[in-house]
Formats: sequence, structure tokens, C-alpha cells
Amino acid sequence: MMPVKHILAILFENEAGALARVLGLFAQRNMNIESLSVAPTEDSTISRLTLLTMSDAPTIEQITKQLNRLVGVIKVVDLVHVDHVERELMLVKVCAEGEERQEIKRTCDIFRGQIVDVTTNTYTVQLIGPTAKLLGFLEAIGRAHILEVVRSGTCGITRGAKALSAGPKGV
Amino acid sequence: MNPKFTTDEILVRALVSQGIEHVFWHPGGARLPYYNALAKCEDITLVLVRHELGACHMADGYARTTGRPGVVMLTSGSGASNSITGIANAYMDSAPIIVFCSRESRGDTDSDQFDETDMIGVSRPVVKHSYVVQSSTDIPRVVQEAVFVATSGRPGPVVIDILRSAHENRTKHEYVMPSKVSLRGYRPAESGHAGQIKKALEALLRSTRPVICAGGGVIQGDAASELLSFAERLKLPVTTSLMGLGAVPGSNDLFLGMVGIHGTRVANDAIAHSDLILAIGTRFDDRVTNDPRQFCPQAKVIHVDIDPSSISKVITADLPIVGPCKEVLTILNQLAREKEELSSNGDDQYATWWEQLDRWREETSQGTQQNSKLDDSAMLRPEDVVQVLYEATQGDAYTTTDVGQHQLFVAQGFKFSTPRRWVTPGGLGTMGFGLPAALGVQFAFPSATVVCVTGESSFLVNLQELSTCRQYELPIKVFCFNNGTLGMVKQSTQIHAGECELRGYPESMPDFVQLVESFGHRALRAATLDELKQAVDVAFSNECKKETVFVDVTLDPDAILSSAKSRGNNLDDQSMVDA
Ligand SMILES: Cc1ncc(C[n+]2csc(CCOP(=O)(O)OP(=O)(O)O)c2C)c(N)n1
Ligand SMILES: [Mg+2]
Repeated sequence: MMPVKHILAILFENEAGALARVLGLFAQRNMNIESLSVAPTEDSTISRLTLLTMSDAPTIEQITKQLNRLVGVIKVVDLVHVDHVERELMLVKVCAEGEERQEIKRTCDIFRGQIVDVTTNTYTVQLIGPTAKLLGFLEAIGRAHILEVVRSGTCGITRGAKALSAGPKGV
Repeated sequence: MNPKFTTDEILVRALVSQGIEHVFWHPGGARLPYYNALAKCEDITLVLVRHELGACHMADGYARTTGRPGVVMLTSGSGASNSITGIANAYMDSAPIIVFCSRESRGDTDSDQFDETDMIGVSRPVVKHSYVVQSSTDIPRVVQEAVFVATSGRPGPVVIDILRSAHENRTKHEYVMPSKVSLRGYRPAESGHAGQIKKALEALLRSTRPVICAGGGVIQGDAASELLSFAERLKLPVTTSLMGLGAVPGSNDLFLGMVGIHGTRVANDAIAHSDLILAIGTRFDDRVTNDPRQFCPQAKVIHVDIDPSSISKVITADLPIVGPCKEVLTILNQLAREKEELSSNGDDQYATWWEQLDRWREETSQGTQQNSKLDDSAMLRPEDVVQVLYEATQGDAYTTTDVGQHQLFVAQGFKFSTPRRWVTPGGLGTMGFGLPAALGVQFAFPSATVVCVTGESSFLVNLQELSTCRQYELPIKVFCFNNGTLGMVKQSTQIHAGECELRGYPESMPDFVQLVESFGHRALRAATLDELKQAVDVAFSNECKKETVFVDVTLDPDAILSSAKSRGNNLDDQSMVDA
């Protein structure tokens, strides 16, 4: 079975040790985590984690059940099964000298990036979008010009009026 | 003004409020503050053990046979980390134990202080849940939650690590126990899906070759009598896993025996030819399935379990039902009763299937009768010893084992009449479990007969608990199947790679009789059938009612555990078996 992308949105207790239990489950199964982003929700006692992993169907089913088994996990949803929006934030320090400064600024505009810091020979660009767009930007700029990249990891939310809440566990 | 209490008083009050009656304990500096309050408490018996692992296995045996949490209290550092195998064992077999330990720290838990281990980190993969307690006022809530989490849903171990800073000072606090547990992330299913249960019954009534495959969940979920009613109502054949032994009475005609690599041939044949399996409270361990792809090639599978992660993990379920075995079976019984009232033709629906099963059963029993001639001159065979023990106990005694051939010989030879009598480390296969587990059981049932069947090698793993046994005068009966070899390993390595030698091993064994006598217990030797029968008579005699008795049974070192045979799947493929 081919591994495919899964985006797990996980609501869990915002307390010491809770994240380690979640991540431990992936480590125990030798599953790699492509990205993760975590922060408290509107309710500061609950954290939300968006975790991106490549996995086949039986493995993701099992890990979802295992996540639900954790006492501190309140809800788990795989966003790829529903219509959703995913976004990631990236900051890139780009080498921008002489004639190239204009060109880089233009590329940045095309990708709707914002220049958030400037020196005489660099730009620091902030970009928000789906991961593919961020990678597209890096490609357009060219590896030779990239000094440093930092990405937040994907975060995602379902489309439509229905909200993911801390009600009874799904799955 | 409300009364105030010191930390140790709060802890003891919390334990008593949860009905805890025994605490298995091994002390150290980090727990000293609790000793006084616990020792003074009349509702709790403090049991001082010789090794932390022993404490965990005692609590485990106690918990499995009572359904109540087994409580362990340890110190910090190595005193805590010594418990890991015991916690892992409880985790694998879903036993509700609660392990308290303490951190030698002032709150900053990585200061590399003397005798410090990160128990939360070390135990994380093998606990159901764990807590760090930073303040005494949290203790009542944490204790209440721990008992609930450990014993509800699929039971399992909980670790509670109390920071020394929480109990070091003698400041007094109010004792506040929340009125109920509130855990928004933990809500074990309380009932199965009604529609799915209805479908399950319909499928069973449509099937022609159904089999029930019951596991330890039926026992832990107190669903044995519901299971028996249901099986009897529909005349369904029943097999169980190792952990499920006792879920139906072993002598009941509906019982085909244990399924799997070490199971009976008829049970495996039934699974291999079945068109519908009702799996209940079982997780399809690899000792049951061998190669899961070939396990039940013709069957649809209905899988009932309280733990969704057990369903479709190994064998894909066609009809999953998440819920407690007891509730689901109760509804199945109700529905079946209603159906019966409506139609009168239901009887003997599976007559052809039973004819086939009885034929298979007949064939196997002929096979075993031929080779079961007891001969007093020959070396004792494990089967014979098991037979003698079974006759003496009738499957009614609490029976703990270790891991190896002796364990499986008992599993194959005993017919357990009631659930919770069979106490074996099935999941982790932990040598050293049997003796301390037997002590735990005897604490729970002081006047019951408790038997420990062990192997000479397994016995050496935790024999220090003989001293605990002496201290508390526990009249357990230990039968050491002394084949002078790591029987199970020898058997499986022979299967893998020809002869296996354990050079120097038999010669290095102690004199077990002298060894056990030095702990102050009665010890006997048996090398022939007569000696064995005499020893058994002594062990179970009135005279020894209050005494620990150890019997060193010298066995044929070459005895081999009969392995499963089956037509139609690969359960007889021994190449996949390891010890
Ligand atoms: C703690 C532990 N270590 C190693 C093993 C692997 N193992 C399984 S059975 C066995 C042999 C046990 O020998 P004994 O207790 O004499 O039992 P026998 O098979 O001879 O009846 C071993 C070493 C285990 N299950 N547990
Ligand atoms: Mg042995």
C-alpha cells in the first residue's frame, strides 16, 4: 500500500507531558512526522496540534485509534478526509545584491510575499500559503540565493460553518 | 474551619476512599514520609516486598483475580525503574495496577540528583496513563482518576510520580476529593451500537459454521456468564485464547479448547473452516493467528471489543462493535431470546457443523489416549504432572505460571471452571511472574488454594519473594517443573536450527529443595509418579493449610510441547514460533 499524506488535527490537554505522549506513539511505530505545529486554542486549557505524516491506510487507522486511546487526547480528525484549508508560514532569508534585488522583489510580489527585513545585501521574506506554494517560491528564487529557511509546519481547518470542538471523541 | 492534613495523611485518606486494602511496597529515602501514615492506617495492609518487580507482579496477580486495582509504592531512581518490566507486563495483559513512585527532586527534575529517574519518560510507552503530582492538594483527584482510568475501559497500569517537594514539608492542607471523575479526553464506550449488534445476531443465524473466539477481555469485562448463556442458547462452539481460558468452563461440551499455535487441533480446524467468527474481547495475538492472512480464510469476522484499537488491527473485522463485552452479550442474549419466542424451528441449526466438529474432536482424543499411558518407571512427563495437579485442584484453584513449556502444558491440560482463576503472563511472556503473582492472589484470597506452576529457570528470576512469602506466611503451593533446561527455548531453537545445547546449564542449577528450605519453607522432591502423588497429597493436606509448600518435580528434559495441527490454515507451521 502506498503511503499518502495525512493531516491530523489533534485537540489535547494543554499540560506538561501531553505532547510527548502523542509524539511517542509515532516514534514507537517508527513513523516520521513531516511537520507539526502546536499552540493553545481559544480555550487555553486545550492545545491544537496539526501533524502531517505520510502513511498507508491501515497504519493511519491504527495510530488514530491509539491517539484516541490517550487519556489527554480530546479529539482527532484527519483533515484530508474533509474539505479543508491548509496554510503554512515561511520566513526566508534571501541573498539579494545589485541588479538581482529588483528581480527578487518581483518574484516575492508574484507569490504575495512580504519583505519583513532588509539589509544591503539580503531580504527576509515572509510567505503564507499551502506548502506547495512555499516550495514553489523557493524554486523560483533558486537554491543559490537562499541563505536560511524556517517553516511553521502546516496548520489546517475545515471549510464551512461546522467547527471542530472538544465534544465527544470522533472515529 | 475545615480540618487540615499532612501530605501522607491526604494520600492515605485518598487510597482508603477508593477502597484500597493492600499496598505492595518497597521503601527508600524518597518515600519515607509516607510510611508512618500508611503503617498507622488500619484499612490498608502494607506488604513489604523484596524487589520492586515482585511488587508489580503481586499487584498484577491481585488485580487480575479481583478486578480491583493493585497498588504499588516505590521510592525513586532504581527503586522506581526496577518496576518497568512489571508495568509492561500489566500493560500487555490489561491488568489495572497503580504504581506510585517519588522523585528525589526539588521540583527541577533533571538536576541529576542522587537516585533519580525520569519515571514518567521511562514508563511512557507501557502505561495507560501517568501523572506527575506537584502539590499535595492534587493527590485526592489524581488517586481517584488513576483508579478510574486503571480499572475502566480496557484496564491498564497507571504511574503516579510524586515530586519530593510535594511531600517534603509538613504544611497541612485541606482534603478535597472531587465529587466525580471528569476527564474530557477519556470516555470508554458504555454500550455497543444497537444496530451493529442486531446485524451480528442476524449474521450468526444465517451462518452455517460459526465459532466464538473469546479472549481475556471477556474475563476482565466480567462477561463470562453472559458469554456462556449466549453460546448455550445458540449452541455455538467456543474457543479461547490463552488469556481467555476460563471464559467458559473448560469441561463444557461447547468448548473446543484453546486456539492458536499451542491450541487444540479441533479449535484450529474450526477456525480454519468457519464461515463466521464472533471474536469477543480478544486482540488476535500472533500466538493465536500465526500468519494472519491464513488464519480464517473462509470466515467473516464480527469483532466486539471495548478498545477500538484492537479491532481490525490484525484481522480485518467485517462487523466491528465497540463496547463492553458484558453489555454487548446481554443485548445479544435479549435479541436471541426474542427471536426464539417468534420462531420455533431454531434448534439444531448448526447440526452438520457439530457433527464435523465432534468427528475432529474424536480423532484428536484418540490420538492423545494412545500416548498417555502413565508408567511409573519412566521419567515424569509434563503432561502427567499437569494431570495429577488437575485432579488435585479440579481447575478451581487460582493458578499462576511463569513462561515456557510448563505454562503451556498447564494451559493445555487444565480445564478452568471459572474466570479469573488462570493467571499467566500471556502478552509480555515475563519469566519471574508466577511466584510474586501467586503471593498477590493469596493476599486477595487468604483462604483460597493458590498454585504456582513454574519452570526452574523462571523460578530463579524472582525467588527473593520466597522471603516475603515467609514474612506474611502465605500458604501458596509451588510446583517447579524442573526439566533442567530452558525448555521452551530449546524446543523452538531446535525447530529453527537443529540441536541447541545449553552447555553447563543443568549442572549449574541449585538444589532447589535446600534453597527453598533455607527460606524457611517446606520443600519436597518428586521424580516419579508415586513421589509426585505423595507430594501433592502433602501440599494440599490440612496439615499444610497454612504452609508454603514447594515441590521440585524432576522432569524429562526432552519433553516437547505438542504443537497445534490444523487442516486449512498454517497454524501447524512451527517455523514461525519463538520462545
Ligand atoms: C524475562 C524473560 N527472559 C527470557 C524469556 C525467553 N524465554 C521464554 S521461555 C524461556 C525458558 C524458560 O525456562 P523454564 O522457566 O525452565 O521453563 P520451561 O520452558 O523449561 O518449562 C525463556 C528463556 C522470557 N520469556 N522472559
Ligand atoms: Mg525448564
